[in-house]
Amino acid sequence: MIYRIKDENGTTVVAFEGEVDLESSPEARRILLDCLGRTSSLLVDLSAVTYIDSSGIASLVESFQNARKAGRHFALVAVSGSVLSVLRLSRLDKVFTIYDTLEDGLARAG
Amino acid sequence: MEDHDQSLLKLRFPSQADRLKMVRGAVSEAAKRCGCTAEVARDIVIAVDEACQNVIRHAYGGASDGEIILEIRHTGDEIVVFLRDFAKATEVAKVKPRELDDLRPGGLGTHFIGEVMDEVEFMPSPPDGGNLLRMVKRIA
Repeated sequence: MIYRIKDENGTTVVAFEGEVDLESSPEARRILLDCLGRTSSLLVDLSAVTYIDSSGIASLVESFQNARKAGRHFALVAVSGSVLSVLRLSRLDKVFTIYDTLEDGLARAG
Repeated sequence: MEDHDQSLLKLRFPSQADRLKMVRGAVSEAAKRCGCTAEVARDIVIAVDEACQNVIRHAYGGASDGEIILEIRHTGDEIVVFLRDFAKATEVAKVKPRELDDLRPGGLGTHFIGEVMDEVEFMPSPPDGGNLLRMVKRIA
């Protein structure tokens, strides 16, 4: 898994790429929670994630819950088909705010 | 479909998270080689990956020197997965998916396995100890 972090007019965008699995999910969790400590709006770009397991999903859930408690905006954007199918398995596609594209997410975050 | 029983894959690997990428690749290749669709192969990969995680995290408690044996067989119209470990016997009654309405990190792996496979059962504990999980995916 590799990742990129960028700021888009006050919204932090974390883009993951590759596989978010038992080996890499602790790093994904740390990155997301670190970013939430420094921003009021976080978008997670999952367009280039080719595989995510339950530990990766747990990192997203924990971040979502932290953001909600802290009153921060948290959303997933451009979710790849493989990630979306796993979110659907856990019915979390109905829990997370999901935007089809990064541009949509930035427009709504602003 | 012709009734047959063929071993598709047998792997022996340590209880380490960095081995799971290799395991997923081998499982996907084996499933596709015997004619599984991409969707069925993906389901089997998810189930094996999550079951291996349960062994690494729970059965072996994170210890990296445990041994895991994975065997996948093609029997009739079924793909049958056997996952063997040598940890303390699992209390099967405690292995259950969490309620999905209970939104919290973790506890989803067992739910995923149940969603993507047709049968999941712990076999009687082998004579030399440990656990043997059997999972079935029907492909007819």
